[in-house]
Amino acid sequence: MGSVVIDRRGFELLIAALQSRDYKVVAPTARDGAIAYDEIGGVSDLPAGLTDEQEAGSYRLWCRDDDALFGYAVGPQSWKRYLFEPKTVVFRAQRVERVGFVRAGPSDAAPRYAFVGVRSCEIAAIGIQDRVFLGGSHADPHYRARRDAFIVAVQCGEPGGTCFCASMRTGPRAEAGFDLALTEIVAGDRHEFVVEVGSSRGDDLLGQVPSRPADSSDLGAARAVTDSASERMGRRLDADGLPERLAAVLEHSHWDQVASRCLGCTSCTLVCPTCFCSRVSDTTDLKGLEATRTRTWDSCFTLGHSYLHGGSVRSTIRDRYRQWLTHKLSTWVAQFGTSGCVGCGRCITWCPVGIDITVEVQALLAPLGPGRPTVSPGAGAPVEPAAPAEVPR
Amino acid sequence: MTREAVVTPPVREVPVPRLPERQRAPRKPSVAVWKFSSCDGCQLTLLDCEDELLAVAGAVELSYFLEAGFSSDGPYDLSLVEGSVTNEADRRRIERVRAVSKHLVTIGACATAGGIQALRNFGDVEEFLSIVYASPRLVEALGESTPISAHVPVDYELRGCPITRAQLLEVVLAFLHGRRADVVASSVCSECKLTGNVCVTVADGMACLGPVTHAGCGALCPSYKRGCYGCFGPMESPNLPAMIGGLNRRGLDDGSVVRLLRSFNAAAPQFQAATQALIEMGECPT
Ligand code: SF4
Ligand code: SF4
Ligand code: SF4
Ligand code: SF4
Ligand code: SF4
Repeated sequence: MGSVVIDRRGFELLIAALQSRDYKVVAPTARDGAIAYDEIGGVSDLPAGLTDEQEAGSYRLWCRDDDALFGYAVGPQSWKRYLFEPKTVVFRAQRVERVGFVRAGPSDAAPRYAFVGVRSCEIAAIGIQDRVFLGGSHADPHYRARRDAFIVAVQCGEPGGTCFCASMRTGPRAEAGFDLALTEIVAGDRHEFVVEVGSSRGDDLLGQVPSRPADSSDLGAARAVTDSASERMGRRLDADGLPERLAAVLEHSHWDQVASRCLGCTSCTLVCPTCFCSRVSDTTDLKGLEATRTRTWDSCFTLGHSYLHGGSVRSTIRDRYRQWLTHKLSTWVAQFGTSGCVGCGRCITWCPVGIDITVEVQALLAPLGPGRPTVSPGAGAPVEPAAPAEVPR
Repeated sequence: MTREAVVTPPVREVPVPRLPERQRAPRKPSVAVWKFSSCDGCQLTLLDCEDELLAVAGAVELSYFLEAGFSSDGPYDLSLVEGSVTNEADRRRIERVRAVSKHLVTIGACATAGGIQALRNFGDVEEFLSIVYASPRLVEALGESTPISAHVPVDYELRGCPITRAQLLEVVLAFLHGRRADVVASSVCSECKLTGNVCVTVADGMACLGPVTHAGCGALCPSYKRGCYGCFGPMESPNLPAMIGGLNRRGLDDGSVVRLLRSFNAAAPQFQAATQALIEMGECPT
């Protein structure tokens, strides 16, 4: 299964081949001022010629000076939305005369997804959620039913301003975990994709598309795309020994400092591709004849998340921010054997007040003492003073 | 022990001894709806649910007390109270309502926080009266608009200006079936994420009160590319200083922040404390 090269037309045929095999193709699309995943009809739905500019608490779309289809980093939400949906019916129960309650459903069949444009950090995140949802003694049936998605990865050429996968060793080049992996090469009149094959079903699909074998210069060009991306990461984080180093600073005064800026809004956890928390609630229909148990995304930033009888264990925002950061970077390792962070940068970009996990870790781990660099209250806030915000009217 | 003896019955069918429907529900729960100072928007939400409520083959006995009228027929199993307390008669009436209600649920921003009319709390009512009304003597009004909970114990508060239909139905159903209502108090941001909205603060630089505002609307305004106006009031643990800092950094001055926070939930304790602090700092006009 050697690498091959396809052109733009070949890529269109590849998407059509997925559709003809009854896959629901989900890919990046431009909507509401961002590049978000959505079901596509064809290649013309991709955000050709667009790129993103990401900073702490800020995301903007710009035009590129080429027609690249994948010239941007990851958007507002991850593939988690498709594999671990925001709201899931766990089961329904019906009251039956003289019998009692009988379980009924859910009966919905899982969609047959093909994900196109999956980045290396996201493949790593899916691998982490595999451990969470499938790794223990009870595999999650909902996740498992969706997990068989066909994965067309795209190797990153334009890291975002908040990306730090190189620090977390999760990117920008995906080595496994895909059916096919594309590196987009755009130079002058050339617009091609070097395609690596990661599975036999990927190989089979590629057989339906005209291609030529990749030569060493194609492979070199593909490698250069991700090598250059590695050099241009917007953020970095010294990940060595983080679990232990963070476990040693649980009482650091900097937690209070972050808590003074943190809104406890849950955005960082819900956009994170690895966060897996949910709450479970029961509702009934009008006549009390049917009960529904629903699982909904939750976050350690809500009071309900740590509610035991009589109150919430993590009552302050300090407690909740600390839970979040230390779970991601420290206790996750003991729990699942990997870090809970893949360095996708979403929590930084989509935090309404621009709190930056990489900056906070640095402040927490800076040597104590008079010479310790302090972080000003505004740190981590968006650098752009921006035009006056539009006030809702 | 024989082999058969260890065979367990299928777990999915739990036999529950049941009586015929008619004997099981001898009396319909009585639900009363009371109006205090308000615009009727929340009651309209209730009217909007009536099909469902009545479809339960008369599951509830519904009584409306739209204006100041009071019937001593009671007691009521559930009282839904709309509106705030703004005059002396209201103040007395809410005590009588409480006395005849087993459960009292307040609905909407007026009943839970004083509503838009609580803007008077920050001004001089005598002055308003003399400017606005031809015969100020005929107007009987207290100096402040206050939530129902300032006067009597409240069993449950449902937020919103107006409340949402789905949440109202959920609370009534939960009451009817004796279970916990599926209503959460986290931020509107959490609803944006569930819905899949692109954040208007991050992507468009708009002012949005979602991070400090109670969920329940399904992130309605951000879904239409508008910042949240805070009409569900403060969420469970709002960090107003951080919110104001964020709005300031995006170019909103303190005066605009005060105007943004002083609307339907102006007198909600956390919002009121935040705007008062800004005004006391003297950097913005009231
Ligand atoms: S974190 Fe790495 S893999 Fe993910 S989008 Fe950024 S550059 Fe690509
Ligand atoms: S913690 Fe932040 S950077 Fe790390 S994976 Fe989650 S969203 Fe991405
Ligand atoms: S960081 Fe919080 S929301 Fe995310 S998985 Fe951990 S406890 Fe859950
Ligand atoms: S860190 Fe940012 S996104 Fe996360 S809860 Fe705090 S304010 Fe919200
Ligand atoms: S649009 Fe407003 S409510 Fe929605 S996530 Fe952004 S800040 Fe939060």
